[in-house]
Amino acid sequence: MNQKRYERVNKPVIAVRTFANRHSLKISEKTIEQKEKASGFLSEVGDISLFVSKTFRSTFSLDFEVNEFLRQCFEIGNKSLGLVGITGAIMGLVLTIQSRPVLADFGAESMLPSMVAVSVIREIGPVITALICAGKIGSGMGAELGSMKVTEQIDAMEVSATNPMRFLVVTRVLAAVLMLPLLVIFADTLAFFGSWIGVNIKGDVSLVLFFSRAFSAISFSDFIPATIKSFFFGAVIGVVGCYKGYTAGRGTESVGLAANSAVVLSSLMVIIVDMIAVQITDILQ
Amino acid sequence: MKESENINTASAYTVNDNQAIVEIKNLCKSFGSQEVLKGLNIEVMKGENLVVLGKSGTGKSVLIKCIVGLLEPDAGSIIVMDSDLKNLDHKGLNNLRKKIGFLFQGGALYDSMTVKQNLEFPLKRVRKELTSTEIMSKIEEVLENVGLADALNKMPSQLSGGMRKRIALARTIVVDPVLMLYDEPTTGLDPVTSDEISQLINEVQKKYNTSSIIITHDISCARTTGNSIAMLKDGEVYVKGNYDELSNSSDPWVKTFFN
Repeated sequence: MNQKRYERVNKPVIAVRTFANRHSLKISEKTIEQKEKASGFLSEVGDISLFVSKTFRSTFSLDFEVNEFLRQCFEIGNKSLGLVGITGAIMGLVLTIQSRPVLADFGAESMLPSMVAVSVIREIGPVITALICAGKIGSGMGAELGSMKVTEQIDAMEVSATNPMRFLVVTRVLAAVLMLPLLVIFADTLAFFGSWIGVNIKGDVSLVLFFSRAFSAISFSDFIPATIKSFFFGAVIGVVGCYKGYTAGRGTESVGLAANSAVVLSSLMVIIVDMIAVQITDILQ
Repeated sequence: MKESENINTASAYTVNDNQAIVEIKNLCKSFGSQEVLKGLNIEVMKGENLVVLGKSGTGKSVLIKCIVGLLEPDAGSIIVMDSDLKNLDHKGLNNLRKKIGFLFQGGALYDSMTVKQNLEFPLKRVRKELTSTEIMSKIEEVLENVGLADALNKMPSQLSGGMRKRIALARTIVVDPVLMLYDEPTTGLDPVTSDEISQLINEVQKKYNTSSIIITHDISCARTTGNSIAMLKDGEVYVKGNYDELSNSSDPWVKTFFN
């Protein structure tokens, strides 16, 4: 009886207390979830840092795997030429077609080769090539190393008294670092040809005149920072692709996850590195 | 067998016939809250083929991965060829690994390499003193021994399950190991091929004078290959004996395996 009376009199208080309890419970669950997410992110950052330091240490060891390095250069460089070349040519063509009306409004159509040259050399060439490579090379590395992990090939290498970091990771990362700037130069060149075709759709400019106009607008201060950042793009794609593959789980599902997350993370890192590189170049100039 | 190979194996490690080549004491290994090995004790003598039987998840594969240093034990000691794994640095562990052959469950052949390159891979790294002619003749010899001399230039994807196992076995014996670790060598193979692999394990033991630990579920393989059989239960050695002793055991749990 007393209990019923107590509940009737204190009904609003009980309701408020229940609401508060539920609410605080939700808050604590959310807090735990966010804490776990934060610690997961931090441990991922820590793991990547350790992986980079291991890769760096293994790079400067005596037994460098020259043959595997050359094979990876072929895999990364030669086998990406088609994709990078077509993308570069289309990039130059589209940029020219899209820019012509704007320049025509100012009567500055003759500036088209110069504008395309600066855009392609400084920014579009390196970034688009890096993003294409993040998709092709990054996913390839993630999937290949991931499947090697799942099928115990990495363990087999370790049991054969071979350092898998040196054989698998260092060779791939160095090949990506070396090949990416070369692919960027290749893409830039084809972008120029694409642009020349774009200019000639509605005009008549000789190839020599086009290249002369294009090169008159660019200098080494455009080319060198772009090439340096391409090395970093290569490093980022190589390290992220290898890290995701090397640390894949044991199931076959993890191979797909490794490939997917390698592409996503390396693309994001390319954009972040580009932003930092542009800031540094701007300060130095 | 060639003289140079004998010299290499003998100089790498020599033991008396009555000496244990692997000595494991109170080995414990957990994964998170799951205790897999709970104070396991086991010994493998020189020239012995020890079969380890047990249900899935009892830690059989974990045991051999601890022996070769792929997994680090939580407690206990593992002494392999007089070297305590706890006291070995990375270089020491790699030197020990050069004397151990490990046959993985799926073969673990390198997909991007041909059979020849797969066999060259450990040879070039473990036996650096060999010339390319010696390497080639060694590869041809082991391929002949596993009955796949014509598979030299094939890719692993062109091989059947049994052939992959044979090539993987060839890759492990090519460096003349003193100790062989087999992780479920007959899993996923038909009975005829399983029997061929079991016979091959015996031939390897005789020809290369190896000691072996064979992890298996396959009673037929255990009977063919095992000098002694250790049965794992709840992370410990439940019973150890030869095939006849265990197959005639009155223990109900042991009976379930042999019937």
